Amino acid sequence: MAALAAAATALSLAACGSSGPSAASSGKGLTMWVLNDQTTIKESVEAYNKDHPDEKITLRMFANDDYKQKLRVAFGANQAPDLFFNWGGGALEDYVKAGKVDALESGEVDLPRFMPSVLDSATLDGKFYGVPANGITPVVLYYNKKVLKDAGAEPPKTYDELLTAVQKLKGEGVTPISLAANSKWPTLMYLEYLLDREGGHTVFEKIAAGDSTAWKDPAVTKANSRLQELVEAGAFGGNASSVGYDQGAATALLHTGKAGMELMGTWEYANLVKAAPDFVEKDLGYVPFPVLPRGKGDPRNIVGNPSNFLSLKAKSKNKSAALTYLKDYVMNDAQIDSFLATGSVPPVNKLESKLASVKSPDNKKWLTFVYELVRDAENFQLSWDQDLPSDQADPLLTNVDKSFLRQIDPEQFGVNMSKAAK
Amino acid sequence: MAVVAGTPRPAAAPKTRPPTAPGGRRGLSGLLMAAPALLLFTLFGLVPLGGVVVLSLTSWDGLGAIGWAGFGNWGGVLTDGATWQALWLTVKVMVISWLVQTPVALALGLFQAPRGRTRAFLAVLWFLPLLLSAVAIGLTWQALLDPSFGIGATPGLHWLAEPLLGSPDLALYTVIAVIAWQFVPFHALLYQSGIRQIPVSLYEAAAIDGAGPVTRLLRITLPQLKYTFVTSSTLMLVGSLTYFDLIFVLSGGTGGPGTATRVLPLAMYITGFQSHDMGRASAIATLLVVFGLGLSLFTTRLSGFTRMESQQEGL
Repeated sequence: MAALAAAATALSLAACGSSGPSAASSGKGLTMWVLNDQTTIKESVEAYNKDHPDEKITLRMFANDDYKQKLRVAFGANQAPDLFFNWGGGALEDYVKAGKVDALESGEVDLPRFMPSVLDSATLDGKFYGVPANGITPVVLYYNKKVLKDAGAEPPKTYDELLTAVQKLKGEGVTPISLAANSKWPTLMYLEYLLDREGGHTVFEKIAAGDSTAWKDPAVTKANSRLQELVEAGAFGGNASSVGYDQGAATALLHTGKAGMELMGTWEYANLVKAAPDFVEKDLGYVPFPVLPRGKGDPRNIVGNPSNFLSLKAKSKNKSAALTYLKDYVMNDAQIDSFLATGSVPPVNKLESKLASVKSPDNKKWLTFVYELVRDAENFQLSWDQDLPSDQADPLLTNVDKSFLRQIDPEQFGVNMSKAAK
Repeated sequence: MAVVAGTPRPAAAPKTRPPTAPGGRRGLSGLLMAAPALLLFTLFGLVPLGGVVVLSLTSWDGLGAIGWAGFGNWGGVLTDGATWQALWLTVKVMVISWLVQTPVALALGLFQAPRGRTRAFLAVLWFLPLLLSAVAIGLTWQALLDPSFGIGATPGLHWLAEPLLGSPDLALYTVIAVIAWQFVPFHALLYQSGIRQIPVSLYEAAAIDGAGPVTRLLRITLPQLKYTFVTSSTLMLVGSLTYFDLIFVLSGGTGGPGTATRVLPLAMYITGFQSHDMGRASAIATLLVVFGLGLSLFTTRLSGFTRMESQQEGL
């Protein structure tokens, strides 16, 4: 019966005309799936293929939006790639629990070279299920120096300073903070930081551990009140809900001077360099998320995506080749240099000497800021939508959006989420 | 074909059954001719549909083992307020789309039916949206409607700088407007061909009897378009019941702001492929099939389409 249902689903999926994963059945070689912006990984695969002409990696690159769905379907249909790009956290846990991913021995892939706080996101019950393969991307507050100066505002260090800056920017007729609320996950970043600053990182740790009642913690309500307070103060202007992140409008608002600030992951730096190099040189500033007065959280805590990971499919026929790639080609010297050159901090230990040798002063200043932010952080919280089991991601994002739109009261958010988490 | 044509049938007696002796041959050949379509429909329509109904009674995350869930998914879906909200939005999209698209399509069809170079040129011009993919249309409109960088940024058009897709009150209507932009050309084409099929002799006879243009429109054109109207309406209603791609793109894949544009097909997709609850998503899918089937049967029955009565008897 189950087989019939599975066959029927496979059939209907095939009927949808998806191009489908083409298993590299021709001879030896392994397959690998990553996102299409991972040019550094692409270079390392090319280097590997040059050295191993008889056991090549076939790399397929995907757009962000449908990648997770494609991967899931491929695993469900037993057509998964040998190595796959992921975010760690709850989504990876789904695959591990279903027995679809192999654990990696520390020695096999030389894990001690990576930052422990980053490895945490791909660790389950003391076993490692992924090798960090991307830069560290905590969320920071970017600002446009010129816009802030024209409005007589200072880059905010505390929440009250943030509110003051919002008022001044509003007085100048610019959008105080650029937010791509249409995509929903950028709004979530505020709640993640506000809860951490308000109640400390333990509140969400309880939630992530499966305690659904922890959503009703007073700190969750307070964090939502703060978010709504910012909305009410006009911090995000009137159009945030029309702005989607993927179209680049949120980024453009900041560098065209139509907005004063933007809270975003450190990947935004590369986007800004690409879109407006002059702006990055002259007017780009960045600070950690402001401190909440009387908040319980450590102000050095950060949220974001510690890294992305490459994980190994269970029972892969090409395991030894895959391990060779993970050990010798991921975060080797050349790749670390390549990441640094694009303004991205690789999650490896002892990076100081490498940082010191970066040539461009702007880039060096930025890389040092991110590196020290991560190094000094007491806790690095993975984005909630990645950390929670994947069936809670949609209720989470929907309720965050409703809280942002003030369609629900601050306390209703926790009530709804604790219901969804059961 | 020759077998069918070989059985002469009196045109005036559609309801009497054909004689039995050749009827056996007719049935066999009819079956043979229907076989390819029937086979494809069974393979790609009925079998997956059966699979979906079975899946709706299971719990499956798309990865692990499939477990039996009985009617748990159904209970969950039917008692969830979100399902009913999604259904309400779907009905709204359906009804408003029909109300908006039908008059516009009919008017355009009336305009472009007579031959003429200007009319043909204009018809081609507004046929263009139909050639574009829904994703391209979605992304284009999203960019156009962006309050900061879209049309609203043009001097003189600042009144358009409203969060049309971002306001929970306006988003659904904006989506309906874009859907209309995409599909009106198709329905205009249907009406155009419907109008061109009306025999000129009818108009000539009416003109001799002294009927003016308005009378001709009301007494000849509109009644003659009855079946075109039924076809167009059925396509519109059932089409918007399952409409997905444009709404997906316009709302950034989330059915937002909040859940303001989360129609039933979108809810199904999010449940199945983002929350990975295939059982529950299948229950929603089955619900959609039932509604869609009921709706098509209802519209065709109501309009007498199945009776296939001639509109041009005596001509």
